Amino acid sequence: MLSTKNLNKSFGSLVVAQDVALELPKGVRYALIGPNGAGKTTLINLLTGMLRPDSGQIFLGGAEITGLKPEARVRQGLARTFQINTLFPQLTALESVTIAVLEREGHAHNWWRLLSRFTPAIDEAHGILASLRLGDVANRATRELAYGQQRLLEIALALATRPRVLLLDEPAAGVPKGESAELFAVISSLSSELTVLFIEHDMNVVFRFASRIIVMVGGRILVEGTPDEVGRDPRVREVYLGKHARAA
Amino acid sequence: MASADQYFERQARLRPLEIAFWLATLLPFVVAPNYLSLASQIAITALFALSLDLILGYAGIVSLGHAAYFGFGAYTAGLLSKHYIGEPLTGLVLSGITAGLLGYATSHIIIRFRHLALIMLTLGLGLLLFEAANSASAFTGGADGLQGVKISPLLGFKFDLYGRTAYAYSLAVLFLVFLVARRIIHSPFGLALRGIRENALRMPAIGAPSLAHLRKVYTIAAVMAGVAGALLTQTTSTVSLEVLSFGRSADVLVILILGGAGRLYGGIVGAIIYMVARDQVSGMNPQYWYFWIGLLLVAVVMFLPNGILGGLSALYKKPQ
Repeated sequence: MLSTKNLNKSFGSLVVAQDVALELPKGVRYALIGPNGAGKTTLINLLTGMLRPDSGQIFLGGAEITGLKPEARVRQGLARTFQINTLFPQLTALESVTIAVLEREGHAHNWWRLLSRFTPAIDEAHGILASLRLGDVANRATRELAYGQQRLLEIALALATRPRVLLLDEPAAGVPKGESAELFAVISSLSSELTVLFIEHDMNVVFRFASRIIVMVGGRILVEGTPDEVGRDPRVREVYLGKHARAA
Repeated sequence: MASADQYFERQARLRPLEIAFWLATLLPFVVAPNYLSLASQIAITALFALSLDLILGYAGIVSLGHAAYFGFGAYTAGLLSKHYIGEPLTGLVLSGITAGLLGYATSHIIIRFRHLALIMLTLGLGLLLFEAANSASAFTGGADGLQGVKISPLLGFKFDLYGRTAYAYSLAVLFLVFLVARRIIHSPFGLALRGIRENALRMPAIGAPSLAHLRKVYTIAAVMAGVAGALLTQTTSTVSLEVLSFGRSADVLVILILGGAGRLYGGIVGAIIYMVARDQVSGMNPQYWYFWIGLLLVAVVMFLPNGILGGLSALYKKPQ
């Protein structure tokens, strides 16, 4: 569904992506792991067009999207969330998600009809919020929502674009450990048609919810495989447990 | 789900207080017939502030050069009446269109910038237009102002000395444009603008073409500013360079901040307070007028960060 060929990006002498070749099939739940500074968020920024690669190509559903603007990629079905809440503080949860639905449906340019006339869009936005257990707080301003609810709203905004591929940058960042499993239960209940790639540091969560794992180190993909394969790989153990693991 | 739709409907509903406010704008005809010229100036300034509110209060574009569009509309109306057609309504529409064209042309540069760069850019653009009008004196009359503005009666009503026609005209146009602005902010487009103001980074990530939205609102605001400028020309039968001055850009920003940006009525309330205060204070000691405005501005920004209307609405909400 989403693939890349020889993706390269560097900031000066710092290489943040080196010959990255990905192949994410439809419906798979991918975890993207790796130490800090491995280039995980950079990869999401490259895929979504927020950064331009120095070289290489990106394909979505077989069509090349390397040259498209971020908003055009979203319209093609590539959505993301942010590690740090990137929401609309003064807007209500419902208003926020409604914008995304209206943009998708091509109504957002309409400056003459009243918003309340767009009932299908509003109902859909409310339905998305309800499915993420945010139905009760739909009319509250975003800044008044609990932190965990704001993390869910991040996902609701992305879902409202009706993505084919969803990239989640540490969806549980800042959420207490006990609650992150709850958040991932929501993620794993998403449509099986949807390809999901998430960045996560908690290995328990990763091994529980990912069907495949990509390990990135220093801007390169070190290993890609099932949780079992990745868990057994000596190179991964070295990265995560240090050189002592090999000596032991 | 019904409650979800009702939320947006409630937001867009005309409140009793609003109806009372607009009825009150008719009072000057009865209680202050000697101040109708001032009332007309207030309505024009309010319209100008409303136009700034659309881009600043709703889309987050800070401008220190908004007089460019006001002045462009004012000169267009003046030149039209001098050379071609003195009928005010046609002049008003054409002035709005030309100001809108200028707005659309300049929007391509302006909306790409934010913060300090944006302020400097709008400031520079305003200065540029001011000096252009100053040096093209054969065309604009330069520092002496445009001579020979001749406005025909409005639908048969002459522009009288007392300003009765002027105020009725300005108020009617303000009200109509206000209704349009109100419609815009309660439309899907208006919601998208608030999204851009709240988080410009997130908008592309939900598929929104932010730059196209901003170009559009900037053009609409320029049309409104041009209409306000044309009204000034038509109701006073003069055009001076002042319509393009930095002072006018700064004043309208002060008015909007005083009244409260991002709430439609802020610019109108700000214009009433600012212009009435200026009329009263400058009668006493004209050279110190800006001292009092400075004091008021400092006080409002310190104690009422959302302007006078923002403070009032907070006061109103508290007991509930």
